[in-house]
Amino acid sequence: MGKSKRKIETVIFFAAIILLWQVLYSLGTGVLGIWKSYAMPSPLGVWECFLRLLGDGTLLQSIGNSLLRGFTGYLIAIILGGLIGFLMNHFGYLHRNLRPLVMGIQTLPSICWVPFSILWFGLTEQAIIFVVVMGSAFSLSVAVDNAIRNVPPIYKKAALTMGANKKQLYRKVILPASLPELVSGLKQGWSFAWRALMSGEVMTTCIGLGQTLITGRNLADINQVMFVMIVIVLTGIVIDQTIFRGLEKWVYRKRPVS
Amino acid sequence: MTLVLKNVNKHFSNAEEPTLNDVNLEIQRGEFVCIVGKSGCGKSTLLNLIAGLETPTQGEILLDGKPVTGPGADRVVMFQEHALFPWRNVIENVRFGMEIAGAPKEEQEQKAMKYLRMMQLEEYRDYPIHQLSGGMRQRVALARALTLDSEILLMDEPFSALDKQTANRLRSELQDIWIKMKRTILFITHSVEEAVYLGDRVVVMSEKKQSIKDIITIGLPRPRHVYDDAFVQYRHQILEEVQNGEE
Repeated sequence: MGKSKRKIETVIFFAAIILLWQVLYSLGTGVLGIWKSYAMPSPLGVWECFLRLLGDGTLLQSIGNSLLRGFTGYLIAIILGGLIGFLMNHFGYLHRNLRPLVMGIQTLPSICWVPFSILWFGLTEQAIIFVVVMGSAFSLSVAVDNAIRNVPPIYKKAALTMGANKKQLYRKVILPASLPELVSGLKQGWSFAWRALMSGEVMTTCIGLGQTLITGRNLADINQVMFVMIVIVLTGIVIDQTIFRGLEKWVYRKRPVS
Repeated sequence: MTLVLKNVNKHFSNAEEPTLNDVNLEIQRGEFVCIVGKSGCGKSTLLNLIAGLETPTQGEILLDGKPVTGPGADRVVMFQEHALFPWRNVIENVRFGMEIAGAPKEEQEQKAMKYLRMMQLEEYRDYPIHQLSGGMRQRVALARALTLDSEILLMDEPFSALDKQTANRLRSELQDIWIKMKRTILFITHSVEEAVYLGDRVVVMSEKKQSIKDIITIGLPRPRHVYDDAFVQYRHQILEEVQNGEE
């Protein structure tokens, strides 16, 4: 199928979903009377909300603040998680004992960290960033540990018998060999960070997507809630398609995509 | 004397019987020595010990009089699987060993190209590894190993994963290279024909003894031909030793 043909197909698909949504809304709140209009968003209401939030600047400010916070927490998580992952891989003692603990903590929903973060940091930026770090660092450290561990031993053997020392082994063999897995770990870490960010933002009063969503709830404006949810999804897709697709393309520029 | 093995034993802690028992072997500079034996006779373990990837339980391994303590570029290994790095293209793979050794960029380039030419792969210099055939990959791996001018080249069944035709072509290329360069090579194989074709001496290892059973000097001129009467005779004799004399 041609590229333009596929694009048209996608447009039709989403247009159909929006149309269906509008029809269901009209039927449900009108003729059938099964939904209260304040409990159901409509495409038109969401569109109006978009224009309003774009007009008063809330939309761009929210996206900007959220992304900045998200990336700050994510970067800290990469450094922290990377370090823990590396140590966990390097020392057998840590691998045997710390790893199961980290695996356990990783399953904690990030919202569980909110009470701690508010006690320690108050209703501040730092509190949100703390939740983001806690929500993604552990998954990143497990990913780093796995990525290094899964490097085929034959690569290490080959490098060692060609005279590589420990440092060269890590820099020229283990790092490049584990890159595909590292990138997919980074990608997963980002999705954890982005979810944790929303858990953190709805708790505090800092301007951001999470807070705009909660404002919608407080004003009983279900269209705003829906609209922010759509923005959260779209932002996630955009980050994935730009940053992570780019990284993947770079990693796979020479090797086969498996 | 390049390589000396004295009373080498290897007993893995998780195995009941030792994998290698009292192995003694001397390899001269410029010699091509092949090791044959059934699977499980310990021939790959022997190569790993010489490479320094394993340490012997008893005995010693000396290279130019110095004991082997770990892996190093003086004992490059060529593996059964090509072990090329998929994140590097052909020439970057060939340059790897020289890069590790800190050779100047120009020297790396010249030497890599010299060996790629020798392997008739110069047009493939910028190809990614996954676009090469199995035979080409092993030729790149051989080029990479040769760039290091190691004291001894250890080859662990390098052609056994290839189809017969490709394997035969590669072994004749290897023979030509050896005739030209006289490198010291220790070559492990399960193919008696390959061993007789390539080796100055063929070491037969026994599964029962987990050690060397016999060493046969192949007194044939090179290049050798598999259909010569004398070649066939050697092949029969060694095949007999590998397969039968086990009782």
